[in-house]
Amino acid sequence: MSVATMLAPAVAANAPPPVLEVTDFSVEFRTRSGVVRALDRVAFSVGRGETVALVGESGSGKSVTAYALLGLLDAAGRITGGSAVLEGMELTTASPAALSAIRGKRAAMIFQNPRAALNPIRSVGKQIGDVLRRHAGLGARAAAAGAVEMLRAVGIPDPQRRASAYPFELSGGMCQRVMIAIAVATRPALLIADEPTTGLDVTTQAVVMDIMQKLAAETGMATILITHDLALAAERSGRIAVMHAGHIVEDAPTRTLLLNPRHPYTRRLLAATSTAAGNLSDLRSIPGSLPDLRRDDLPPCRFAARCDRRLPACDQPMVWHDLEPHHRIACWNPA
Amino acid sequence: MSGGVTSDTALGHARHVVSENPVTGFALALFVIFVLAAIIGPSLVPYDPLASDTASALRAPSAEHWFGTDQIGRDIFSRVVVATRLDLGIAAASVALVFAFGGFAGLVSGFFGGWADQLIGRVSDTIMAFPLFVLAMAIVAALGNTVPNIVLATGIINFPLYVRVARAETVQRREAGFVDAARIAGHRDMGVLLGQVAPNIMPMMVVQMSLTMGYAILNAAGLSFIGLGVRAPTPEWGIMVAEGASFIVSGEWWVALFPGAMLMTAVFCFNLLGDGLRDIVDPRRRT
Amino acid sequence: MSGQIGNQPTPPEAEGPLLLDVAEVSKRFPTGKKGWFSGNSRSLVHAVDDVSLTLARGETLGLVGESGCGKSTLVRLLARLTDPTSGSIRFGTRELSAIPAKDFAKDPDRARIQIVFQDAGESINPRFTAADAIADPLRQLQGLSGETLRRKVEEAATLCGLPLELLARFPHQLSGGQRARVGIARAIGPRPDLLVLDEPTAALDVSVQVTILQLLVTLRESLGMSYVFVSHDLNVVRLLCDRVVVMYLGRIVEVGPARAVFDAPLHPYTRGLVAAVPRLDGVRADALRLVGDPKSPIDPDPNACRFHGRCPIGTDRCGVEMPALRRFDGGRQAACHYAEAAPA
Repeated sequence: MSVATMLAPAVAANAPPPVLEVTDFSVEFRTRSGVVRALDRVAFSVGRGETVALVGESGSGKSVTAYALLGLLDAAGRITGGSAVLEGMELTTASPAALSAIRGKRAAMIFQNPRAALNPIRSVGKQIGDVLRRHAGLGARAAAAGAVEMLRAVGIPDPQRRASAYPFELSGGMCQRVMIAIAVATRPALLIADEPTTGLDVTTQAVVMDIMQKLAAETGMATILITHDLALAAERSGRIAVMHAGHIVEDAPTRTLLLNPRHPYTRRLLAATSTAAGNLSDLRSIPGSLPDLRRDDLPPCRFAARCDRRLPACDQPMVWHDLEPHHRIACWNPA
Repeated sequence: MSGGVTSDTALGHARHVVSENPVTGFALALFVIFVLAAIIGPSLVPYDPLASDTASALRAPSAEHWFGTDQIGRDIFSRVVVATRLDLGIAAASVALVFAFGGFAGLVSGFFGGWADQLIGRVSDTIMAFPLFVLAMAIVAALGNTVPNIVLATGIINFPLYVRVARAETVQRREAGFVDAARIAGHRDMGVLLGQVAPNIMPMMVVQMSLTMGYAILNAAGLSFIGLGVRAPTPEWGIMVAEGASFIVSGEWWVALFPGAMLMTAVFCFNLLGDGLRDIVDPRRRT
Repeated sequence: MSGQIGNQPTPPEAEGPLLLDVAEVSKRFPTGKKGWFSGNSRSLVHAVDDVSLTLARGETLGLVGESGCGKSTLVRLLARLTDPTSGSIRFGTRELSAIPAKDFAKDPDRARIQIVFQDAGESINPRFTAADAIADPLRQLQGLSGETLRRKVEEAATLCGLPLELLARFPHQLSGGQRARVGIARAIGPRPDLLVLDEPTAALDVSVQVTILQLLVTLRESLGMSYVFVSHDLNVVRLLCDRVVVMYLGRIVEVGPARAVFDAPLHPYTRGLVAAVPRLDGVRADALRLVGDPKSPIDPDPNACRFHGRCPIGTDRCGVEMPALRRFDGGRQAACHYAEAAPA
C-alpha cells in the first residue's frame, strides 16, 4: 500500500521544478538489537531560494534524513525505498562516486559542532580553498583568493589575515561562519544545515542565521534547516515540516503552521514551547514517549499511542490529507 | 528512551562479550587452565620435579615422559607444570605491587599536580632512563637472587608505565562534572580521588595489569635465563630454557622447546585477556 | 527546615530575610606563561569582576549572559567550589569567603548549598548507579546509612518523579530526562536552602524540559528552597525567575524583575540579547543586532565600559569612565551611562 497522492501540483505549470524532491523515502538501520525503521515514507520538497525547516524532537529522524539524502549514513543504514531527486539526479540509486562528486558542489551540509567539523590542523583559508580546488577546479592562487572572498562574504573581519588562522584560534561563531563559507563556496543548489546554531550564544545565532539567509538570497540556494527549535524555524523558514518518529506529520507554510496547527503532535509541540507561554503553568508536556522503532508491529501512525484524538480509523494505513494548498498532514482526525 | 533493559549484570555482560569475541573466550579458557596448573598442578604431576634419574636422561617425548626428560633425567612435563606456580606467582605479585604504588602515584600526580607531580615525574624519568631489563638485572644483582627481589625489580621497572596510565586517566577526569558533584556532596580531596576518580580509572588499569603480567613473566624468566633470577634446581621456565639451550644443537630439542612454548602461551594469553577484560569491566560498554 | 542531622540549626528568622548577600566579589585567574623577565606582573583573566547581588529567602534569581560572561565562575564561587580573589559572600549570618573552598566540604553549611549541574550525564559518576549518586551526599553530609539511607534515597527519587526501579541503573542506561531527575534528587536530598541550577534543561527535548521545569517549581514550593537559575534560554528564565541578573564579561550590567528586564531592557546589551531571541511570531520587534565578539577578559581596561566598541550607543565617555550600577524604579539596576535614554 503506497502512500497516496503527492501534493497536487500547487505550483504553476511554468514554475521551476523543485531543487530537491523527496518521495516515499524510507531508511532502516540494522543493529544488534533489531532493525530500526528510522524513516518511513518521508516526503517533502524544497524549491529554489526556499528555506524549509525540518522540526522535531530527538529521535524524530530529522538528522537521519539529511545524512541519508547525501549518502552519509553509516554502514548499518540503508535506504529501503522511495526517491530523492536533486536537480534531476536520483540520489537513492547513485553510486558513492557520483554522490561524492555532488557533495560539496551541488549539495552541501553544515553541522552542529563547528569546531569539530573543521580540520584542526589546517588553516581555515586552506580548508575553504580545498573545496574550491576540488569542485570548482581553481588553481592554488585563485583558490586562496576565493577563500578570502568567502571569509569576507560571511562577515569575518580582516579576512586576509584570518585566512591563515586555525580553528582553535576562532570562536564558535566564527567557526560556524567558516563552515558556511566552505559549504557555500561552490554556490551549491542545496544547503542542509543540521542544527547549525545549537550550542552557540543567542546573539551569535542571530548573526550566523542572518549570514545564511543573506547568502541564500544572493545565490538562490535552497536550504533545509534542521532544528528542534520551533521559534528558530518560525523566524528563518518559509515552510515547516514537523517530524515525529520517522514520519513527517505536518507540512505547511510557516505562518499557517504556527497560527493554525492541525496535527495533534504539532499542537502538543507548540504547547510545550516556552517561547509561546505567558506562564509556566501554560506549558504542557507531551504524554507518553517515542515508540520503539525496532518493533515489527509499528502502527501506521506512530503518534497514535500518545494521541488524545485517536480514533479507530487511525489504525488504517496512513495517507496524506491536503487541508489547503500547500498544507498537508498525516492524520485522520486533525484538530 | 525506547527499548527495554538488556542484561546489565556483570555475568550477563561477560557472557555477552565472550560470545561476541571468541578470541577472548579462548584467552579466558587458557587463563583458567594456567591458574589451575598453578594451584593444583604440583599435586597432580606424575613425577617429582626435582627427582633426578640419570639413567633416563635426555629421553625424547614418549608415553611415560610427555615432554621428555632433561640432562639429569627429570621429567620435563612435571617441571613445566610446577614452574607455572612460581612464574605466575612472581608475575602476579609484582603486578599487584606496581598496581598499588604506581596507580596511587599516578592518581596523586594527575589530580593534585604541583610538586607531587614533579617529584613523581622525575622518579619515573629516572627509571625510564635505563634500559629496563638492565635495570632489573642491576637491582637483582645488587640485592641478591631471591624471589622477593625479583618481584621488587619487576615492579620497579614497570612503575613509570603505571604512573603514566593512571595519571593520564586521572587528568582526563579531574575536571569532570561528577568530581564537582562529589565536592558538593561533602567529600574532601582525597575522598574524591579515591572514591570517585579511582573507580573510573580501573578499566585501563586492569587492562594494563593483564598486559604487564605477560611482561612480568618474561622478565622473571629472562632474569633466570641469565642466571640472575631463580636458582637451579627450582623449576622455572626461564632456567629450563637456559638449560635446554645448550642441547638444541645436539638435537635434544624438547628440553628448551616445551618451557619456551609455555612461556609464549602464557604471555599470549595475558595479552588477549587484557583486551577482553577492558570490555567487561567498563560499564559504558554494557548493553 | 530544621531536622537536618549534622547542621547547626540556625533558625531562619535569626538569619534575616536575605539568604545570600554577595558584595564586590571578584575572581581573577593568572594566565599564560610567566616569562623569565616579566617580573611579578602576570596577565589576569577577569572572570568575575566586582559582582554584588542579593537573594532573598524563597526567591528565584536568574543569571544570564553569553559564554565567557562569568556566570559559570560566579556559580562556582557561590557554591564554594572555588575561592574568590576578593569580596564577600554572606550566607545567612556567616561569611563564607572566610572558609577556604577545600575545607568547605566538611562545613555544616555544605549541605545548605547544593548544585544541579548542567549535563547530568557528566555530573554523575559513570560507575555509580542512580541510587549511589543520590545516596552519596546523604551519606557524606548527614551520616546516614543502611535502612534510613535507603528510605531517604527512595523519598528523594519519588519527589523527583523518578520510578524506583530505575535506581539500580547506570547513567548511560537512563534517558536525558531521567538523568536530570537523578541530578535533582541528589541535590535536594540534603534539603538545601539554596539550590544553584546551572542550565539544568539545556540538553533536553522541549517536552521533557516542561516536566523538569514544572518539577522544579513544585519542589521549590514544597521544600522551601531559593534558586539561582543559570540559563542561556531567556524564555525559560522569564517563566521561572522572579528577578534576573544579566552579566557581560564578568560584570553585572543589569538587574531587575525578570519580566520587566526582558520586556523593557535598560542596558543596550540586554536589548541586544532580547532582540536576538527568535520569536514564534517571527516578528523582529527590535531591529538591533549585536555583531562582533566580546572583548578579551584578560587585563581589561578598568576605566572603560566592557561593552564599549560593540555597543550600539557608545560615546567617548564610555571609553574613559566605567559606568556604575545605578538604581532605577521598580528594583531595577543598570550599568550604563545612557540607561534612561533607552526606549521603554
